[in-house]
Amino acid sequence: MSAHSTYQPRSPFMKWLEARLPIAGLIHSSFVAYPTPRNLNYWWTFGGILSFMLAVQIVTGIVLVMHYTPHADLAFSSVEQIMRDVNYGWLLRYLHSNGASMFFIAVYVHIFRGLYYGSYKAPREVLWILGVIIYLLMMATGFLGYTLPWGQMSFWGATVITNFFSAIPGVGESIVTWLWGGYAVGNPTLQRFFSLHYLLPFVIAGVVVLHIWALHVVGQNNPTGVEPKSSQDTVPFTPYATAKDAFMLVVFCIVYAWFVFYVPNYLGHADNYIEANPGVTPSHIVPEWYYLPFYAILRAIPNKLLGVIALFASILILAFLPWLDTSRVRSAAYRPLYRQFFWVFVAVCLGLGWLGSKPAEGGYVIAARILTAWYFIHFLIIMPLLGLIEKPKPLPNSISEAVLGKSGGAHPSFAAATAASEKRS
Amino acid sequence: MTTMSSAEPTRRDFLYIATGAVAAVGAAAAAWPLINQMNPDASTVAAGAPVEVDLAPIAEGQVIKVFWRSKPIFIMHRTKKEIEEARRVDPATLPDPQPDQARVKEGYDQWLVLIGICTHLGCIPLAHQGEYDGFFCPCHGSQYDTSGRIRRGPAPTNLAIPPYQFVSDTKIRIGAA
Repeated sequence: MSAHSTYQPRSPFMKWLEARLPIAGLIHSSFVAYPTPRNLNYWWTFGGILSFMLAVQIVTGIVLVMHYTPHADLAFSSVEQIMRDVNYGWLLRYLHSNGASMFFIAVYVHIFRGLYYGSYKAPREVLWILGVIIYLLMMATGFLGYTLPWGQMSFWGATVITNFFSAIPGVGESIVTWLWGGYAVGNPTLQRFFSLHYLLPFVIAGVVVLHIWALHVVGQNNPTGVEPKSSQDTVPFTPYATAKDAFMLVVFCIVYAWFVFYVPNYLGHADNYIEANPGVTPSHIVPEWYYLPFYAILRAIPNKLLGVIALFASILILAFLPWLDTSRVRSAAYRPLYRQFFWVFVAVCLGLGWLGSKPAEGGYVIAARILTAWYFIHFLIIMPLLGLIEKPKPLPNSISEAVLGKSGGAHPSFAAATAASEKRS
Repeated sequence: MTTMSSAEPTRRDFLYIATGAVAAVGAAAAAWPLINQMNPDASTVAAGAPVEVDLAPIAEGQVIKVFWRSKPIFIMHRTKKEIEEARRVDPATLPDPQPDQARVKEGYDQWLVLIGICTHLGCIPLAHQGEYDGFFCPCHGSQYDTSGRIRRGPAPTNLAIPPYQFVSDTKIRIGAA
């Protein structure tokens, strides 16, 4: 971590400002001169994509609020008015609703990247836990936002999720009444959900700042899991990481645009185009796709309180992962057994997601129980045990050895890149 | 001050604790309105007054749905067969043991009045469905019998009975016990 170049303001104004508020220097050392491991692959570009998606959601959200009415009698028609009457309203709403899905796609890639390469291991525990907090805030924000169009799925989704709290013994019912502001989900519920849905993205932005701060203290992990040892092992953030991030962001936006312009309702539910009706529950309630694995865990357990506990435990267990994983090797690239169990775990999560979209009956319930058991076994038994019994492959001495050793010597283009980077720093 | 032993409380210790205590009480007092404003407001409470329902038009075998406190209330005019089914089962064998007699008003065995909200996660069950001929919740598969008692599925308790009373033989008031 020695490649920090100090920022030298050139213009008199920047010199004047830097002596009073060194913000340009902070940006320079964080996003220009910041040394990034030279072997980062494309899985490392999703942090930047997530920042972009947060910005997209905040900008489109603020604009949508200019046209939306948070009232049980008016919300549904105000959303339809956005779709039909507001200039480009359809575009803004589809960007926002599909943006939530893209945000979650990116966060799942980002989380599984961390799981595969051991990015949660010391000294990155706090960085990881901040990430788990951001993920929880994202889930809360997504849930609150889905309530706002006040369609059938909005209403009944809000009813089912708030009823989780009724499982708390003794005070559960009072807490649920307090959350609703009434005897059932209704206008007071919608108004407070709207307020909180506007608030939480800014809380997320605050925790993202902490997340990036912690990242810049401990440095980025990399595909080998070996810490950078010399300036040979790193390249400056700009242009190397910025260019790679930008390229992947463009690819990601193509997928995003395909959803927005070609299948904008593919990830939604037709039932949500029916206005909320407190007298009729849709025959098949499902949450948004990004909650399905947790929904499957909830339904797999035949006891109400235990089901709710399992649902929350399945998310909170991530925060304990740095201590559940006993291996001294970070990257799955050097952990032959963990690499297999990692892919099994990915399959289990996808399987739970699929089961969450199916009715809770017969074989689906049995399958959901098996996969739920495996989900917890993975964290509570396999992760602690693997570190003790697994024989890891030999680690490279350094990142540059891992990168350059592969082709039996300095790769020409890479050598040029390194030379260029050294000239800069 | 430096010679003072830490075991001996000083005037300053007392002031610290007293100041801290006043600040804590003040913070709690300031937080309470912010917390309590989320409870149902006066208009919601006022709109939760008892409602009267005329039972005369409800035919035998029919279930109607009325709203009280924004909650759906099922009023079921049970047939003889449905009452028998509910009474034939031994209450001790049920997940939430309760005899059918305890779920209706004495002398009005045919009238079953329920809060139509699944005790699992709040969906509205469908009447005359499921394996027990009572109610079936489409959300997570809970099954209730002709007395509204949970028989199978994730719901922990029987469908709740709202407070109500018969004001005449064909009229009930829901919300007043």
